[in-house]
Amino acid sequence: MSSNTNFLLAIENLTVSFDGFKAIEDLNFYMDESELRVIIGPNGAGKTTLLDMICGKTRASEGSIKFRGKELTRMREHRIVWEGVGRKFQTPSIYDELSVFDNLEASYPRGRSVFGALAFKRDDEVLRRIHEVANEIQLQTRLDDLAGLLSHGQKQWLEIGMLLIQEPELLMLDEPVAGMSVSEREETAQLLRKIAKGRSVIVIEHDMEFVASLGGKVTVLHQGKILAEGDMQALKQDQRVIDVYLGH
Amino acid sequence: MNRMYRLFQGRYAGLGSIVLLAIVLMVVMPLAFDIYRLNLAGRYLTYAFVALGLVLCWGYGGILSLGQGIFFGIGGYAMAMFLKIESSDPESTSIQTTPGIPDFMDWNRITELPWFWVPFNSLTFTIIAVLVLPAAFAFLIGFAMFKRRVSGVYFAIITQALAVVLTILIIGQQGYTGGINGITDLRTLLGWDIRDDSSRYLLYYLNAILLIGCLLIGRWVLNCKYGRILTALRDKEERVRFSGYDVANFKVFIFCLAAFISGIGGAMFTLQVGFMSPSFIGIVPSIEFVIFAAVGGRLSLVGGVYGALIVSFAKTMFAEAYPQLWQFLIGAVFILVVLVLPYGLASIYGRFGQRLRTPLARWFGDRKTHSSTSDDGLQEKRS
Repeated sequence: MSSNTNFLLAIENLTVSFDGFKAIEDLNFYMDESELRVIIGPNGAGKTTLLDMICGKTRASEGSIKFRGKELTRMREHRIVWEGVGRKFQTPSIYDELSVFDNLEASYPRGRSVFGALAFKRDDEVLRRIHEVANEIQLQTRLDDLAGLLSHGQKQWLEIGMLLIQEPELLMLDEPVAGMSVSEREETAQLLRKIAKGRSVIVIEHDMEFVASLGGKVTVLHQGKILAEGDMQALKQDQRVIDVYLGH
Repeated sequence: MNRMYRLFQGRYAGLGSIVLLAIVLMVVMPLAFDIYRLNLAGRYLTYAFVALGLVLCWGYGGILSLGQGIFFGIGGYAMAMFLKIESSDPESTSIQTTPGIPDFMDWNRITELPWFWVPFNSLTFTIIAVLVLPAAFAFLIGFAMFKRRVSGVYFAIITQALAVVLTILIIGQQGYTGGINGITDLRTLLGWDIRDDSSRYLLYYLNAILLIGCLLIGRWVLNCKYGRILTALRDKEERVRFSGYDVANFKVFIFCLAAFISGIGGAMFTLQVGFMSPSFIGIVPSIEFVIFAAVGGRLSLVGGVYGALIVSFAKTMFAEAYPQLWQFLIGAVFILVVLVLPYGLASIYGRFGQRLRTPLARWFGDRKTHSSTSDDGLQEKRS
């Protein structure tokens, strides 16, 4: 199978094994530009491992991950970020001891080397961008507060904001609405649909209502392999999907 | 008055406490102490360099090094080698078998100045060595450790082991290093007697100025974006890495900076005390440096300085009376600080300062604009 460079992300024959256990096995996965893709599947299906492998946290045993034709499997983590891949972790991963403003500034994609960070100037462009993103994630009034004081939902949004400020071409979100209230879920779905314009987004999610509200193509993972792919309505009729996941 | 107030607020926070420290060091202490006590204070202030480095790399960067004595020692030994060569001129060493080399070499039947001593004939080389060698050595350690993602307790243990290795090396190579006695009997710097009162005053002031300079460097680094990335990676290293930063480089830099500052302290120690020995490199001094930073407050640059001064003076007074009990007392103080005051004495000042600042802020109206105060939360601890 040859890799097709028209895809934004082309994953081919990807395998990773932990002491003989294959968390991902011979997986093929393709994504277009500006596509919103949701990955669902039972616990241990390999959803988070797949994201870990794309962003370089876990290294592949075999296979390739090509992003815009560039091989990611041997690239160092921060380089993968420079290529335009952003990753949100499952539990909100923000800097509790810094203010919301500083959290966003620390993620601003300039001054990423040691000396770049020492010489970094907080100019108008930086301020404008921080306020813009803060508006988008509805934290514009909380900029001076310590991030640790935010509610759980706001922390999730802040982390999404920290990724947005980097303007990634591919944004990967691991259970962004876990632990959120109903109204927060709706706002997050709205935010994600807005974010998805002009960039590609991968979302891992368990909440079926939320998945349906996002729209977009759904991939079902099971035991490290792709079980089915398609839109939500079609998958709901698929007997295999019902058996391993939707049935219970 | 507004300007006065701003000293305690926003981007000027912390600068006020550095100015206060400068006044204490340069005015209050020279007036209050006789030259003997002042020289003693000067010696303690050389430890403050190391404590300051630890505030940066441990307090802010989360990198606990139990081997900062290494860098203090390298700086100190570099200076001591220069001074020793100067005091070993052929005339004053004429009774030796080989005149013109340091006395301990002669005792160990070495007949020629070893090659690595030769460049220390030059003061310029010595000063460069003091400024570069500690940081260069820290770079080697840091690069090897942080690129392999060694951190936390493992890093602390390795640095401690290195401190022991260096001590054993120096003690074992008596002929080249002066062994356990160290390099002693240092008298002059370019013919200028470093032991009389006027030069002791001068060295004390030089030391204080260098210390304030290092504090300002530290403050500048922490106020940069770099400083916030440093705090960020202490809390959530993965998040920083997956935000596009090469975390190892950030750690190597702060470790090198801490070593650079410690090396200056070591050289000033040698100049003020007149000798250097392995007892300032090994486990005990390295842990004492950590205690200074912890007692003063590991998130406070000036706290590290006060910690070094207070604990050292306490040690001198207490150890004179009850030498055996000192180790227990300092251990108890350390445990107490960790349990009751995790941010050290500086957090007492912080709380008190907060009570003072709030009414001041009300009086002058709320001047908070986030472009200058967005890192207030940190600044409080930092002050």
